[in-house]
Amino acid sequence: MVAGGFGVGKTTFVGSVSEINPLRTEAVMTSASAGIDDLSQVSGKTTTTVAMDFGRITLDQDLILYLFGTPGQDRFWFMWDDLVRGAIGAVVLVDTRRLADCFPAVDYFENSGLPFVIALNGFDGHQPYSPDEVREALQIGPETPILRTDARHRSESKSTLITLVEHALMARLR
Amino acid sequence: MAAHQEVPHGGEDWRYGYGRQSDRPGTPPQHGTPSWPGAPGVPYAAPGVPPSPGQPQPPPPPPYGDGPPQHRGRPAPQPHAQPAAARGGRAARSPQSRLVRPYAVTGGRTRPRYQLAIEALVQTTADPSRLTSQLPEHQRICRLCYELKSVAEVSALLTLPLGVARILVADLAEAGLVTIHQPGGGDSAGGQPDVTLLERVLSGLRKL
Repeated sequence: MVAGGFGVGKTTFVGSVSEINPLRTEAVMTSASAGIDDLSQVSGKTTTTVAMDFGRITLDQDLILYLFGTPGQDRFWFMWDDLVRGAIGAVVLVDTRRLADCFPAVDYFENSGLPFVIALNGFDGHQPYSPDEVREALQIGPETPILRTDARHRSESKSTLITLVEHALMARLR
Repeated sequence: MAAHQEVPHGGEDWRYGYGRQSDRPGTPPQHGTPSWPGAPGVPYAAPGVPPSPGQPQPPPPPPYGDGPPQHRGRPAPQPHAQPAAARGGRAARSPQSRLVRPYAVTGGRTRPRYQLAIEALVQTTADPSRLTSQLPEHQRICRLCYELKSVAEVSALLTLPLGVARILVADLAEAGLVTIHQPGGGDSAGGQPDVTLLERVLSGLRKL
């Protein structure tokens, strides 16, 4: 999963490592009772569409990795719940100029127990804050990796994913 | 081939004939509606547009927007207008009554027959000749999935909402036309991938 605030570069990240152009899938639900109500019996409710971009990496003949950029809005948590099942882990992309945007994602993954790493996406190559400063600002424990990345570059995104899988593996072995 | 238009006005054939009646309490009994895709005389194919399984689909239309009604991959608008009138205008209140709601495609069902992960892989196993008797949406999925695709890709590439894609794929699996590979890890540890899988992913990523 690739999470983070609006406009932080989730789809860019997915697109830079994906072997296909990022695709978009949409889920439809009522705004009042997302995912619960049977829409066929109700006509008066407003429906909402949640869009989610994703990419794919074929790692082996029988192994395909999917990267899902999570819908940014907090009220679509249920979509995240859907994704967390079976997920390896999450990359929380952070724009250090708008640090607060990543709080919901960090909280969510801390609560769900899904391994995650925090990737500081340097816009225009600028990384005004060090990982240590961000760690302190976000109150992130030492076990969670915080690294710098550039979502536009395949090699950087790939190395972020490697860090995440290594972290997930360590978490499983602990 | 039977088509919508042959069903008397007011028939709920907009469900393409495979909605179970139990799904819609209060619906009057159907007349002559096949209970399952593949039954003889399945409605839905627009007159004059013979199904052609081997032929690639045109690019997907905008989801459920207006468009030429004869497009095979999409429901024709007329059937939608009929139930709206027949059911006391419940749907007719919507200004978008010409659009077909996603759940019309699924016969009003909002849940698949079994839980499909969004990344579950779908592969068509059925011979192309078996597809001609399927409903158009089912056919489109089958054609797409001769090459392995995830449920998410089915949704995105056919511009079907995720929930609809899940239901239709589950239908196809039950009918034995596709096989589904649920993601690795499975039941152990609450669906989290196991160590072997993580190691494979890691080594695969490093080799990229």
